[in-house]
Amino acid sequence: MLSVCVGAVKISASELWYIVAHRAGLGTSVNFTSQQEAVLLNIRLPRVLLGAVVGAALAIAGSTLQGLFRNPLAEPGLIGISSGASLFAVMMIVLEHRYFSFITATLGYHALAIAAFIGACITTFAVYRLAVGNGKADITTLLLAGIAINALAGSFTGLLTYMATDDQLRNITFWTLGSLGGASWKTLTSILPFVAISLVVLPFFSKSLNALALGESQAGHMGINVNVLKRLIIVMATLGVGASVAISGMIGFVGLVIPHILRMAFSADHRLVIPGSALLGASVLVLADLVARTIFAPAELPIGILTAIIGAPIFIYIILIERRKRGGIH
Amino acid sequence: MIEVRNIHYSVGSVKLIENVSFDVQPGELLAIIGANGAGKSTLLKLLCKEIATTEGEIYIRKHPIETYKLDALARFRAVLAQINTLSISFKVHELVMMGRYPHFVNKPREEDIAIVKTVMEDTGITSFANRDYNTLSGGEQQRVQLARVIAQIYDQPKGLLFLDEPTNGLDLLYQQQILSLARGLANRGYCVISILHDINFASRYSDKVMILKNGKRIAFGLPQEVITCENIHEAFNIQVRLFHDEEFKCPLVIPSMTLSEQTTIK
Repeated sequence: MLSVCVGAVKISASELWYIVAHRAGLGTSVNFTSQQEAVLLNIRLPRVLLGAVVGAALAIAGSTLQGLFRNPLAEPGLIGISSGASLFAVMMIVLEHRYFSFITATLGYHALAIAAFIGACITTFAVYRLAVGNGKADITTLLLAGIAINALAGSFTGLLTYMATDDQLRNITFWTLGSLGGASWKTLTSILPFVAISLVVLPFFSKSLNALALGESQAGHMGINVNVLKRLIIVMATLGVGASVAISGMIGFVGLVIPHILRMAFSADHRLVIPGSALLGASVLVLADLVARTIFAPAELPIGILTAIIGAPIFIYIILIERRKRGGIH
Repeated sequence: MIEVRNIHYSVGSVKLIENVSFDVQPGELLAIIGANGAGKSTLLKLLCKEIATTEGEIYIRKHPIETYKLDALARFRAVLAQINTLSISFKVHELVMMGRYPHFVNKPREEDIAIVKTVMEDTGITSFANRDYNTLSGGEQQRVQLARVIAQIYDQPKGLLFLDEPTNGLDLLYQQQILSLARGLANRGYCVISILHDINFASRYSDKVMILKNGKRIAFGLPQEVITCENIHEAFNIQVRLFHDEEFKCPLVIPSMTLSEQTTIK
């Protein structure tokens, strides 16, 4: 609510109510300008919703991947989602006018987003195929494959960056830093199905992820098909995060830090952490975006910077708390 | 009940299990003994459906093991593995409740909560039910894992319990406790299979003993028949002496001193 009202164009709470009421068909006296209405409905509201959706997708993917890898340092970037999206986005920016102008002609504004999404899917698929042998995906191999593919994608991205013009460099930089500025009803509805699937399906794996903490064979003894679990989680995470990265670029730390906050504050039980991460991730990103677009209004701070500035100190704090806890045992 | 007929298992060209057959009836405790690398854990994995035999049949409750889905098996068959690590810090009672996972979808029911409480009392871990698992000693952790495993099949009339070296790292008291718990479950009608290192425990608590060597079954039957100097020598390559005592139905096995040991100690 707060986020919707505050911004470069000020809309007070009552004005908000009147606009909503007016739109909903309840006639009331007009106490707002048409500019406010336009901003609220076409820019502010979709942007806030996009922030919530992206935040939820990133955080829920982070929490499930941490459960799957049984490693608190896991986050969507590990399995190649971010590097693939990055590579294809940079490819689009740098090579577009030479090789891909026909794509932009047909897909228009969305070409970059679609390219990023496809890139995310391709690299994650490569990582997964490398790691799967005999129908089983060994976690260590998955991690190593992620490192390898990330490095490969990164090197090509580096190559393209080297070839880029100044203008393109600026575009690349801002894409990499992340921004919710591309929000509109169109972009929101385009990524909503992907994110919605991951948000709805992932919480169902909470119990299985709890069991997985005991070990893979132990989880199998309790009736959980671990291979299917791995596959589904990776697919869901890629869908949600790939779509988010496609629209908003790389927003870091949300997937990594949000689940930790919940684990520290409450419990490590995935039945709490997974849905909780979605909610907390949504709120945090919306608030971060609020700051990002008001602090230097009317200019916008790329949100990736903000999440890093806030996320890193919180992460350091978590490390210190854990160290003290462990130190206390001896 | 479990029936295993002529199973083979190889990885590449290496034969890990060769022509092994045995059966376990409800109410029986089978102890599997053998040297390290004899194939005991591999055999257990085959029984758990973790890996599949290359030849031969395994029947669980008269149906081939292939016809069972993992979650159906989990409702009446519980396994205590050799190594149990926990990557998230759970509390003890949460961990024991996880044993009931195959039985409820999202929230534990009244019966589950009651079973967890009873099992914690039976295994003597109620006093640290609220502690973090990772703060417990090795023996206490082992008992918590056993409680989880027992909770999984507590309400099954003829459940299956597989134990892989359950006495590892426990002191004498707890070694006995765990085996009497397993014995008690067998007496209640369960099929219990336990891999054991201590031959004396095996002979005292089990109804049948099977000795494995290099993936082959070299003996299977009543403890008194199976535990002989020759069999032990063949399986473990050591000389032993048997001591008879009226208290025990089966002779005790004591490794005898080798000739070189005798001369150096004197």
